Amino acid sequence: MADPVHFTIDGHQLEAQPGTLLINAAKQAGIEIPAFCYYDGLTLQAACRMCLVEVEKTPKLQVACTLPVAEGMVVHTDSDTVRKARKGTLEFLLTNHPLDCPVCDKGGECELQDMVFRYGAGESRFVETKLHVDEKQWSPVVFYDAPRCILCYRCVRICNEGLGVNALGIGNRGASSEIVPNMGDHLACDECGACIDICPVGALTSGTYRYKTRPWEMEHVGTICTHCSNGCKTTLGVRNGGIVRANNRDRSGINGEFLCIKGRYAFDFTCHPDRVTAPMVRVNGELKPVSWAVALATVAKKFSELKARKGKFGVIGSNHTTNEENYLLQKFARKVLGTSNIDHHRTGDVATLLDALSGKTAALATMADLYDAKAALVIDSDLAQEQPLIAFQLRANWRHHKAHVYCVTPGPVREDNYATTVRAALGQEFDALESLRAKLAGEPQLVIIFGAAIKGDAIRSLVAFGDSLNVAVKYVCLVDYSNSRGASDMGVLPDLLPGYHGVAEAGLEPGLNYDQMLASNELDALWIVGSNPAARQKISRQNAFVVVQDLFLTETARLADVFLPAASAYEKTGTVTNVTGEVQKLVRGAKAMGPKSDLEIFTLLAKEMREDIGAGKTEAVFQEIRKTVRGYDVPFPIIETGGAVPTVPLNGRVPVESRPELIRSARNTLYTSGTLGRFSAMLNSVLESPGTLYNEPPTPEPEPPVGTVTG
Amino acid sequence: MLYNEPNPLEVKIVTRRFGMENSASIDAYLATDGYLAIRKALEMTPEAIIDELKTSSLRGRGGAGFPTGMKWSFVPRNTGKPSYIICNSDESEPGTCKDRLLMENDPHQLIEGMLIAGKTVASNKGYIFIRGEYRYLIEIVDRALAEAYAHGFLGKNILGSGWDFDLYTHTGAGAYECGEESALLESLEGKRGIPRLKPPFPAVVGAFQSPTILNNCETFSAVPVILRDGGPAFAALGTPKNGGTRMFCVSGHVNKPGVYELPLGFPLMRLINEVCGGMRNDKRLKLVIPGGSSSPCLKAEECDIPLDFDSLAKAKSMAGSGGLVILDEDTDVVAVALRTIKFYAHESCGWCIPCREGTTWLKKILTRFHDGAGKPGDIPLIEELSNNMFGRTFCALGDAAAMPTTAFITKFRDEFEAYLKRTAPPVTTPELAVV
Amino acid sequence: MTFSPALEERFAKLLTSYPPGRTRSAVVPMLLYAQDEVGYVSRELIDEVAKRCGVTSLQVDEVIGYYSMLHRHPIGKYNVQICTNISCQAVGAEELMEHASRTLKIANRQTTSDGLITLEEVECIGACSWAPAIQINYDFHHRITPERFDQLIAALRDGSYEKKAS
Repeated sequence: MADPVHFTIDGHQLEAQPGTLLINAAKQAGIEIPAFCYYDGLTLQAACRMCLVEVEKTPKLQVACTLPVAEGMVVHTDSDTVRKARKGTLEFLLTNHPLDCPVCDKGGECELQDMVFRYGAGESRFVETKLHVDEKQWSPVVFYDAPRCILCYRCVRICNEGLGVNALGIGNRGASSEIVPNMGDHLACDECGACIDICPVGALTSGTYRYKTRPWEMEHVGTICTHCSNGCKTTLGVRNGGIVRANNRDRSGINGEFLCIKGRYAFDFTCHPDRVTAPMVRVNGELKPVSWAVALATVAKKFSELKARKGKFGVIGSNHTTNEENYLLQKFARKVLGTSNIDHHRTGDVATLLDALSGKTAALATMADLYDAKAALVIDSDLAQEQPLIAFQLRANWRHHKAHVYCVTPGPVREDNYATTVRAALGQEFDALESLRAKLAGEPQLVIIFGAAIKGDAIRSLVAFGDSLNVAVKYVCLVDYSNSRGASDMGVLPDLLPGYHGVAEAGLEPGLNYDQMLASNELDALWIVGSNPAARQKISRQNAFVVVQDLFLTETARLADVFLPAASAYEKTGTVTNVTGEVQKLVRGAKAMGPKSDLEIFTLLAKEMREDIGAGKTEAVFQEIRKTVRGYDVPFPIIETGGAVPTVPLNGRVPVESRPELIRSARNTLYTSGTLGRFSAMLNSVLESPGTLYNEPPTPEPEPPVGTVTG
Repeated sequence: MLYNEPNPLEVKIVTRRFGMENSASIDAYLATDGYLAIRKALEMTPEAIIDELKTSSLRGRGGAGFPTGMKWSFVPRNTGKPSYIICNSDESEPGTCKDRLLMENDPHQLIEGMLIAGKTVASNKGYIFIRGEYRYLIEIVDRALAEAYAHGFLGKNILGSGWDFDLYTHTGAGAYECGEESALLESLEGKRGIPRLKPPFPAVVGAFQSPTILNNCETFSAVPVILRDGGPAFAALGTPKNGGTRMFCVSGHVNKPGVYELPLGFPLMRLINEVCGGMRNDKRLKLVIPGGSSSPCLKAEECDIPLDFDSLAKAKSMAGSGGLVILDEDTDVVAVALRTIKFYAHESCGWCIPCREGTTWLKKILTRFHDGAGKPGDIPLIEELSNNMFGRTFCALGDAAAMPTTAFITKFRDEFEAYLKRTAPPVTTPELAVV
Repeated sequence: MTFSPALEERFAKLLTSYPPGRTRSAVVPMLLYAQDEVGYVSRELIDEVAKRCGVTSLQVDEVIGYYSMLHRHPIGKYNVQICTNISCQAVGAEELMEHASRTLKIANRQTTSDGLITLEEVECIGACSWAPAIQINYDFHHRITPERFDQLIAALRDGSYEKKAS
């Protein structure tokens, strides 16, 4: 750290690191300098002129968002001159603004309203005709109302700099300047809606939310997105038990600025008309709605009966259910049903990575590491499509820290715009890695992020390659879904107990794996929780009694003898673990009438069977997890208050069976998300849906945007 | 071709070839000491060239009047990065029509000036940014460039010096704002002409993120003669700190409007009466806009003033681009104020709030006012809005709009007030949105 | 899109005029030169220029709205541009504009029904000392009186208009 510089703001003697912008230095001291266009982490614009302040010995007012503090500087942010300037600027701003606040979506949470309230004039002197342009719809999710736009260019910057999508630009000139979409009259983009969240006014509004409610009528619930594995915080706007919107305006999660279309709009599966709300039991070959009591009694009776005669159970867990539910499910299977036949659709070979890293400390990267690491290597993933937050983190790292990013992929990826890329067909990745060896070995540190092409022994080879570089390497094993990592950590595996203990430690034999269970004709019962294997492969089952817990009557659910409607992640509490092993808390937002959380179902079922699976409350199960699952003894208050805590899994051998053929990524795009995605009308409504991987990136970028500031 | 008769009082330095047969040709140029200065420059150190410019007290002829020698000295040399020489021929300041003549009549002088700049900072590339409306000049300058290449003054190993320099023309497409140097660079890079955040200044981070010498066409055109005849000789033509001559573009109500080259410090009233043949129809002088439309006007009684940067600055106006609009007693100042603000509202790039909204609002008030629907409160409002723009915008365009408006309204308040007493306001139709 | 050989030659030269990797610089000139040949900036032209300069169509689109000489719709064969800025205003340009509008029976930025003439009030064109001035396409005409204006229009109509700056 350099020696701090000393300066005075409004009579307060302050110090800050040299180079600190005045607006930030003031903020650190609790002094607000208002601004529209200044936005942490995006390039400087100095366009809105709201942050003008008085600096002694400088004749003109100075722009606080571009002026670095200097030794001896004396600043006044609340003088008459400054107040008058702010008032003047706001007066200008309102001249062409329609002031249609009563019907504007942003009313009540609008930065322009707040600014005028605090700094503006009480009356309007503008009596001329306002410019008017009609509102435009650019996509199912993005609407633009030019007259409301104050031209702060935040949307353009978040799209171009932040996402690298380059879908927004500036059209016309002077007073008729406006934001324009990349296709002339519509957008072809990621439909992430970042432009809408970042808009300080109601110029950009969302197709899902507009004119639905007033902001103050909603309850704002910060929870974790249930789609991909990245674990973004999404704030649900809940009214009367239903989700009206999801956004990320408070930037409170590990995702900072980011949310993709799924996190922002694809909550609508919760209220899809096909959502099943009553349990069903097969009667005369047909699934008929029944009460919960009947459904649970039917299952309990069958399970107890089979258990009594030592029948064979098969249990398939979920990539979406909570850690508590996964933990309880494996406990139910192993303790109550007495079976080791438990597995889930594995989308990444986490267990093998942990084993290969045995003996190494600090070898697992967190989401924050991806923003701070000096270099990153991506193998076999179209990050922008499959792991959007990771893509965002790496891009921000490049923009802010000039990080070096390397990509070894079978086709073009968006990172090509700034990364060193080598095309490698599946299976040829290691040749490509060799070609990058000299460069990688020259990096001070490296994070290696790998997709499902690297599994089984290939992971061991990758770690050996990492070791041979003689630099500090951290790893991320990519997985697909919101709690894929948690399913693995909680021992929803035939050979591993929670925390990656071998089943032998508990005196058990490994059970049947996913494929074996689905192909088996000898199972007496097949219990499938939050998974739809029938969409991907044939289920033999024969005479097995099939119980399915899910939100919808999926292909798998149609095979069920008993169907139990489950609550979604947005309708329950619990914890999930993201792709980088960070635990976060789900907070119940919506209320589902009829469905029950999987945890409640397990508990009720155990009770019905007169079996004990321990405490039935989420919090109690989590405490049990903290005590018994290695790596999960994480500080509870952080999680409870919405923070993310990296788990620290074991540092030792994992008795993992090498079964690379069981590792199968679903290869979701930004617009697909397994069952949940299929039932999101919004995801399916955008032009880009369902999307494909490895497309040409939108535009070349020869150098980072100029004037970049670190966030 | 000359569009107006020269005047015997002129001191023809940069315009000395104007009127000669084929003055734009390299033959004519070579026959009149052309390309001697670059030969001299090739033998000089960069410091010596810059010193010569500093001694000449040449100041930028585009509008700001920044000392040219000092500007060149800010360009870092030997950075390992390429550097560029850019000529600003985006002449757009209302009242100004001189760069056009320089390129039309003596393009080689400009080329030589840019060559000397190139030699000074060891640049290998330059661009002449010509406003889009001047299409015919692109053809003339391109022809001159071809001649210079053919004679070895451009291209590889210039005059056996081992130094390479390429020069190109680049067209604008209609935007006053591109006359602002950083906006010009954005435009040169194929973008909207939005000014850049400064610092860094173009000298350090200019064209293509590289060190850049960027000067007005007339400034570059004065460089060869300074090098050939020496800085002191040029300086001696003008007044202290205001070296040399400049091209004054006179328009408006005089008998002989035209572009005249005169020493800096030449008295304004002599320009009107002796060079331009006095006021048209023997009308009385009312006001002069002395340095392009952004310069605050001078009332007739303020016009006893020498035309140089410092004197005009002292009179709270500016020498600007050298465009003088001479207006007589019949002039409707409100109409001039309206036309001026219309221009700035049209040309505001829209980047920052005060300029974008301020110019538009002022235009609307003045339109209404001019149409006869003014209200007493409009006058102080116009004044206050101009003040709210002044000094608060992203670039100087906001100031350029505010300064003349303030001057019109403070110096001719009685005329604005008289407007209010006119006959009943006509019915105004709401202005339709232009998108 | 294909262009005339002369224009193609100009484009080829443009693309090599700028430092390596800086073909975006050619966007504005290319649009203006192509507009002269095509008549206006069509969607197709935007995409073509984007392709040739290695930028996105949006980056080209942004530029078009900014520069006043680029237009998205066809205009008349002759674009008659009357400067009414202060120097021209002082010597009758606004009256000239009114005269033009009245005699051509079109308003500012409109085109005669035969598609021959578009009338446009423009900002300073750099002919202040020889005002009032107009441009017909790229040709300058100085010291224009209503009579001189009528003669020029007649010449445009009967085909005798000669490309010559007055």
